[in-house]
Amino acid sequence: MIRFDHVGKTYPDGTTAVEDFSLTVDSHASVVLVGTSGSGKTTLMRMVNRMVDPTSGRVLIDDEDVAAMDPVKLRRRIGYVMQASGLLPHRTVAENVATVPHLEGVSRRRSRSRALALLEMVGLDHKLGDRYPSQLSGGQQQRVGVARALAADPNILLMDEPFGAVDPIVRAELQKELLRLQSELGKTILFVTHDIDEAFLLGEKVVILKPGGVVAQEGTPSQILADPADDFVETFVGSGRGKRALHLEEVDGRQVVVDESGRPTGVLHAAPESRS
Amino acid sequence: MTWILANLGLLGERLLAHLGQALPPIVLAFVLAIPIAKLANSRGWLRGGLTAGAGLLYAVPSLPLFIVLPIVLGTGIRSSVNIIVALTIYGLALMVPSASEALRSVSGSTLQSATAQGYAPFARFWSVELPLAGPALVAGLRVVAVSTVSLVTVGGVLGVPSLGMLFVDGFQRNITAEILSGIVLTAALAVALDLLIVLGGRLLLPWAHSRTGGGR
Repeated sequence: MIRFDHVGKTYPDGTTAVEDFSLTVDSHASVVLVGTSGSGKTTLMRMVNRMVDPTSGRVLIDDEDVAAMDPVKLRRRIGYVMQASGLLPHRTVAENVATVPHLEGVSRRRSRSRALALLEMVGLDHKLGDRYPSQLSGGQQQRVGVARALAADPNILLMDEPFGAVDPIVRAELQKELLRLQSELGKTILFVTHDIDEAFLLGEKVVILKPGGVVAQEGTPSQILADPADDFVETFVGSGRGKRALHLEEVDGRQVVVDESGRPTGVLHAAPESRS
Repeated sequence: MTWILANLGLLGERLLAHLGQALPPIVLAFVLAIPIAKLANSRGWLRGGLTAGAGLLYAVPSLPLFIVLPIVLGTGIRSSVNIIVALTIYGLALMVPSASEALRSVSGSTLQSATAQGYAPFARFWSVELPLAGPALVAGLRVVAVSTVSLVTVGGVLGVPSLGMLFVDGFQRNITAEILSGIVLTAALAVALDLLIVLGGRLLLPWAHSRTGGGR
């Protein structure tokens, strides 16, 4: 469990990234922080592994204040995936995946075989293990980034716009893959994005942030869609623009879903199975 | 040709002496420049000052420096220590700005990512930042090596044995073969060292040369 307890961050030059933010991320839950740039979402995420120290308030992991923990040890037990993968260009793919086990002194052979198994787990051929990151496509690099974050079997995964730099088709693949992994592994995931569709897809709980880390609304995707807290949320999720205000029309005996501008967007089937 | 064949021993001796005076400053300049550059990069004002200072230092004429240094260091005018100290200074003047650029060229997000994985600060410098600055550092080192090999010859004027002495002596005694062999050997030594550095770079930084190919 991760708990933000009235955290704030003001930089020495006086700019305030986060004013006063509180949130509880339950164990094994996936929570998405979503907001535009300047909403402080990345700053908040980095408080968890002490890449950023809050100037007020506390961040607790399982009721233990992270400020009292050694930052290097703390980071090794938290998986971190960032945009554009952040892989080390001078290490092979397998070496990159084995970064944390290697730092922790696990033998080269054991960490390598674990790395190759992890590559398979994230849907990559283990033969890619001996390549350098620059020889992989963007989507493949992101998968390697996820494998690396999982290498030390951390309880917590921090994901900072991990799929922001890949094309939409690959992004959809990666999102599906993450949902599959999460259903198998049950990590505590804190995910940051500016893409509301991604947030609704991946988050059991979604937190919509206004500039300065102010929570506009917090809830499940359906709660937020059904009952947006204010105009800001309404605009942000797109329901105000009619993008999500859909209605049904019957065409040739089938139910066609039409958006507010009259554009058909899909066909209605029986209720889909709920996602596990 | 006959002069060369008759003096092979002398040529070998001068070549070794030359190498003995060139290698220490090259190595010293490289090793010292990295911490200086690292320190300079962490302080904005220091970086500007050092870059400008390094340029000025390189503008100091070498012959007067070779003459002044023995007075400062208390060494004899023909001691090779003077040459080594002077050339280390010139080497630093070239290498510090180059190392500073090399370290700055390492992507900030890669470094942040390394921190996020749990690299402690020194480990991050040693096994991430330094290797990633490697290709640019090697480029700087090549310039230092070639420049140092050529500057060692100036010591010949003062009577410090090196390949430079061959052309000083050759001019005085009007032996063209001696002048030419001095020049050719100096150039050959510079090229050889340069090649060694390039090869060493390829061995140590294999990733920098495998940018080809690509997956899906």
